[in-house]
Amino acid sequence: MTLLPKALLLVAALGLAACNNPDRYKNGAGADGMNNGVGSGINTDGLGDPSNPRSIAYFNQSVGDRVLFPVDQSTLTPEARGVLAGQASWLATNADYAIIIEGHADEQGTREYNLALGARRAASVQDFLISQGVSPSRMRTISYGKERPIEVCSDEGCYSKNRRAVTVLSMGTGA
Amino acid sequence: MIRRMFPCNPHAKPAQSQGQSRPHNSPLKNEDKMRPFKSLTAALMIGFSSLTTVAHAEITIDINSPVIEPMPFAVPDFIDEGGAGELAANISRVVAADLAGTGLFIETPQDAYISRVTSFDAPISYPDWQAINTQALITGAVQAGGDRIVVKFRLFDVASGQPLGEGLQFAGTPESWRRMAHKVADAVYARITGEGPYFDSRVVYVSESGPKNQRQKRLGVMDYDGANVKYLTDSSSIVLAPRFSPNGDRILFTSYASGFPAIYLMDVGSLKTRNLGEVPGTMTFAPRFSPDGNTVVFSLEKGGNSDIYSMDIGSGAMTQLTNAPSIETSPSFSPDGSQIVFESDRSGTQQIYMMGAGGGEGVRISNGKGRYSTPVWSPRGDMIAFTKQNEGRFHIGAMLTDGTEERLLTASFLDEGPTWAPNGRVIMFTREGAGAGGQAGLMSVDVSGRNLKAIPTEGPASDPAWSPMLP
Repeated sequence: MTLLPKALLLVAALGLAACNNPDRYKNGAGADGMNNGVGSGINTDGLGDPSNPRSIAYFNQSVGDRVLFPVDQSTLTPEARGVLAGQASWLATNADYAIIIEGHADEQGTREYNLALGARRAASVQDFLISQGVSPSRMRTISYGKERPIEVCSDEGCYSKNRRAVTVLSMGTGA
Repeated sequence: MIRRMFPCNPHAKPAQSQGQSRPHNSPLKNEDKMRPFKSLTAALMIGFSSLTTVAHAEITIDINSPVIEPMPFAVPDFIDEGGAGELAANISRVVAADLAGTGLFIETPQDAYISRVTSFDAPISYPDWQAINTQALITGAVQAGGDRIVVKFRLFDVASGQPLGEGLQFAGTPESWRRMAHKVADAVYARITGEGPYFDSRVVYVSESGPKNQRQKRLGVMDYDGANVKYLTDSSSIVLAPRFSPNGDRILFTSYASGFPAIYLMDVGSLKTRNLGEVPGTMTFAPRFSPDGNTVVFSLEKGGNSDIYSMDIGSGAMTQLTNAPSIETSPSFSPDGSQIVFESDRSGTQQIYMMGAGGGEGVRISNGKGRYSTPVWSPRGDMIAFTKQNEGRFHIGAMLTDGTEERLLTASFLDEGPTWAPNGRVIMFTREGAGAGGQAGLMSVDVSGRNLKAIPTEGPASDPAWSPMLP
């Protein structure tokens, strides 16, 4: 009997691994992966209709797909906890989505430290979502360090938006 | 290997006793190691020994001197002794650029020359070179035939009217002509400064393109001066912070090729690459070689916490070296392999610590204001280079291995990631500009703080890592 859950977990893990390459920023991807005119650099295809409350677009815009962090911190602010509680309840009723939590840092730090810091932020979000009942088997984390800022100016107005953890959903292999 | 000598001064008596003379710093001998780069088919070294024991004050540069007046030197176009064509002049131009690029030498313009050097063995008219105040004269000649060129040169102390040591000759393929030029310049540099050579080396780095929020990255390798670029990966995955193996045959780096960051090992010759760190649910990053090339130290992140591990490359066996809830990363071995310097934010901010190669708590060595990161042990063993952040600025610095005698060599909006030249005298690093238009580029600076300059690259570039001297 104990073999069965393990087998299921393995299937789930394979499903997660196979379902998508998490780099939705498209670092080139060969001949035509770039310069398709999307200003943010993020592929927004396939997110669905934002007026559909079960769509990824709805999650991103109305539930809120990201939380922000103070400089050098990975502790969740009260505001971040509020957003994540909303994410957890949405994810409970939309159990088919697989989840990748991206951790990011601003450019005010060295590259490798920022990779570690982004991982800390992603783990903070993952731990909180687990505490709110989201199954760990649905989630993976990835750190981009300072490699994928969303805003490119070099002042606090941009930095504060780049110190983020983003909950990225994809269809297919939820619980 | 061919061993042949030619006299330094064709009009002098044959020098005696030069039997197996070796270069002062013996950097140019062929090591009995691998061949990650095509080695020159024959690098004949005739030492600078016998004629230099005379008691005149020969020209030298002490690079530690607080004030350095660059030494004037002349490099007439090398003589084409058959088949070399413009290669002869091109080689002498690279020699001149190497030397002048150190800031320790200044080239006497060719249009100031009084004498022409028309033959490699013609006597030197010292008064003509003294009259234009040049101090070091380098003459050379190139022969080309088939798939082989031969470069020879001599160095003269103009003021004393003496050759400095004996001639030197290198042979290789026509494609390796810049390497032969670098070897000529290395021999001159080492002879006059007493320091080890570094021009005949390569740098692996990250070539960047695209806007900051969609930066494409690929690995490139180039000569230390930015020439001869070759790309090792395409831009399909983010790649970060490569490092050469101690003999230059392999490269470690972090890549998102699997979708998640992990450490990879690439063979430079075949470009064959394998993932060393695919442990599901973890991130591996910041890989560095041990001095024997058999072990990798790196960071492994699990559940948000990063610690330093080592891995035997052959067996894949891993050992955890640090165990703390803080971030431990950017390890670097001492040249003797006995210690590892690394950064940790266990005190609340990034600081530099040192531990035995087997792991442990570590002892903090950084003590100034601000945050210290990316420590890199000098190949000479005497210093640690680092990145420092303080009051909104980034610096590249160096200090002794006990953390004393800290000196900051640079300051800018964003400087990071030092790497040492093979002789431990020059540091290369990344400098990035602010804002949407800010591009990353490579810079170098002497460990004295002198000679800060940009390294020309085809496009934006970051994360340089210097190779050892080429074989």
